[in-house]
Amino acid sequence: MKLIALLAAVTAIAVTPAAFAADDTIIIGMTQSQTGSLNVDSVAQYRGIEMWRDEVNAAGGIAAGGKHYKVKFVSYDDQSQGGRVQQLYTRLIVQDKAEFLFAPYSSGLTATAAVISEQYGKVMIITGGAEEKTYTLGNKYLFQVITPAGHYLSGALEALHSKNPKARVAFVYSDDPFSKAVISAARDQAKEAGFDVVIDESYAPSTTDFGPIVNKIISARADALFGGGHYPDSATLARQIYDQKANLKWESLLVAPGDAKFATLGPAALGVSTGSQWELPVKFTPQFGPTGKEFAEKFKATYHIDADYHSASGYAGGMILQHAIEQAGSVDPEKVAAALNKTDVTIFFGHVKCATEPGDHGMQVAHQMVVAQWVEENGRLSRQVVWPRDAASAPLLYPIPSH
Amino acid sequence: MSGIGIIASIIDGVLVGSVYGLAAMGLTLIWGVMDVINLTHGSIIVAGMFALYLLTSALGISPYVTLVPVLVGGFLIGLALYWVAVHRMIGQAPLMSLLSTFSVNLVLIGLGTALWGTVFYNVPVSLPGLTWQRYTFPGTHILAAALSAVIAACLYVFLYRTQLGKAIRAVAGNRQAAELVGIPTTRVLALAFGLGVALAGVSGMLIATLFPFTLLSGDAYQLKSFVVIVLGGLGNPAGALLGGIALGLLEGLVTPFIPVSWTLVIEFALFVVALIAFPGGVFALRRS
Repeated sequence: MKLIALLAAVTAIAVTPAAFAADDTIIIGMTQSQTGSLNVDSVAQYRGIEMWRDEVNAAGGIAAGGKHYKVKFVSYDDQSQGGRVQQLYTRLIVQDKAEFLFAPYSSGLTATAAVISEQYGKVMIITGGAEEKTYTLGNKYLFQVITPAGHYLSGALEALHSKNPKARVAFVYSDDPFSKAVISAARDQAKEAGFDVVIDESYAPSTTDFGPIVNKIISARADALFGGGHYPDSATLARQIYDQKANLKWESLLVAPGDAKFATLGPAALGVSTGSQWELPVKFTPQFGPTGKEFAEKFKATYHIDADYHSASGYAGGMILQHAIEQAGSVDPEKVAAALNKTDVTIFFGHVKCATEPGDHGMQVAHQMVVAQWVEENGRLSRQVVWPRDAASAPLLYPIPSH
Repeated sequence: MSGIGIIASIIDGVLVGSVYGLAAMGLTLIWGVMDVINLTHGSIIVAGMFALYLLTSALGISPYVTLVPVLVGGFLIGLALYWVAVHRMIGQAPLMSLLSTFSVNLVLIGLGTALWGTVFYNVPVSLPGLTWQRYTFPGTHILAAALSAVIAACLYVFLYRTQLGKAIRAVAGNRQAAELVGIPTTRVLALAFGLGVALAGVSGMLIATLFPFTLLSGDAYQLKSFVVIVLGGLGNPAGALLGGIALGLLEGLVTPFIPVSWTLVIEFALFVVALIAFPGGVFALRRS
């Protein structure tokens, strides 16, 4: 009799689930560009998302509907190629049973992934795809956390206008979807502002020598340059402008100046500005989650490098998804999508709210970019926020000192 | 664009084109001597760029002093590459050596990405340049072009005035005949390959004094090298230098007149035309 009671007790304990372990797991799928030309920014973005996952799991998981869900990632290398994105997102959904998705890095790859995610009706959070076109094709489950491409240079144009409303402006930019979308909007804004656009040309992304282009800019007697593209080309353009003494009064280049390594250009980096999705000096009061300072410190402690806006975007994407699941009280995709449509919050990253109309569903409508510029402080180069004025951590440097 | 602007563009194009020519010299030498298309060419150029960066930042030596260690190191790497990837492919179908060198290239780029990522690196080199009206010819461009010309001249002297150079040209002309007159052809091939790789490495080092670079920067220069070889003639190093200058001149000449997005189109259109009109290359040594 006693033995049976003992056996019954042991069996009862064995089959009762542990009270404090996570009840369930949600699988989030994504690709990163571990190889190929998008490697650097994609890895930066992934680190942000990864840090979010590790924090959430350490805290016991996402709380929804009385249960706790641990977050599990399935990720593959897309090699910076659209063809791989297509295959891998299909695999993530069909084989790996991903319930939610993060988009790859870059507008081009995001557009490809969006086709697949919409086909299967999966919620996808976009933290690195700024081109607007993707959101105008009729989608229900895309949610963009970063400011769209059209706004990348609007702050920089406003800043220039405040100093020199009659500036002669040159647009020289890379022939890729992101840069073209940025310049298309910047061009309209420049014309409205009354600037004299003296050059407006795109170059092949594989261009290695910008010497002739810089001479063209010099010949046109441009005061200001807007353009570049992604990484190496923006950096090379900045260096050659300096080496050839173009002595432009204002230079706003895409992406590269947002990276700490831009300082390795030395004096060529001074005065160069960029549109940034997030910079540490800009202080928002978050409704939940860490402050900008807390995020930056935690990132530095974890990865031993400074966080840039790509990492901040990744982390913000994780926070937004988590918030929506918590608000929905469920991991059901329709309920989470509905919660994302209602999301209107301010976090360390800024104000986040997506468009909900079919014509531009998912496009970010609330988040504002800032203009970051490389200025000299105590003889050292540092990147500071210079626009808008109320968010600025340093005065605008105009004109760029000539040499 | 003013006349002065156009001339400035052409001059700068010629300066940078000399470096393209140097980059192509190694490729054309290897192709000319042993009928091998060296697809590690691009990654060796990048290795030369990294060598400049590492030697100047870690050891603090002046940039142009690294030319000698890069030349020597490149030669040794070339010898190793020859024995690993090329030796057994000599005399086989061209596709074999193509695949072999392509595979090595993938390994090198893959290793590099895993170790360093595709971050950009910049070696800030600044020399007083020449300023004419509003246009400046950076000192770095002038020195790189001068060094390219000097190296090309040294190569010419080596190939035409030394025993070893003559041996290389003999093997290039007819390997069996060279073997018959007692030239150790295998050793000569290895040396020629090493030399070709050394030249590619040095061109990378010089390019890194001009522009920032990433692990993937080699692709664009490898592509340009192919165009230069076609313009300059297969197997003709002097032709490679001229071909490079022609390419640089073209880029400088075209840019002032038409939107920059057309530069590559025109470059490659001319490439195709040159191939059709001169199948072995414009300045070819041996007409096929």
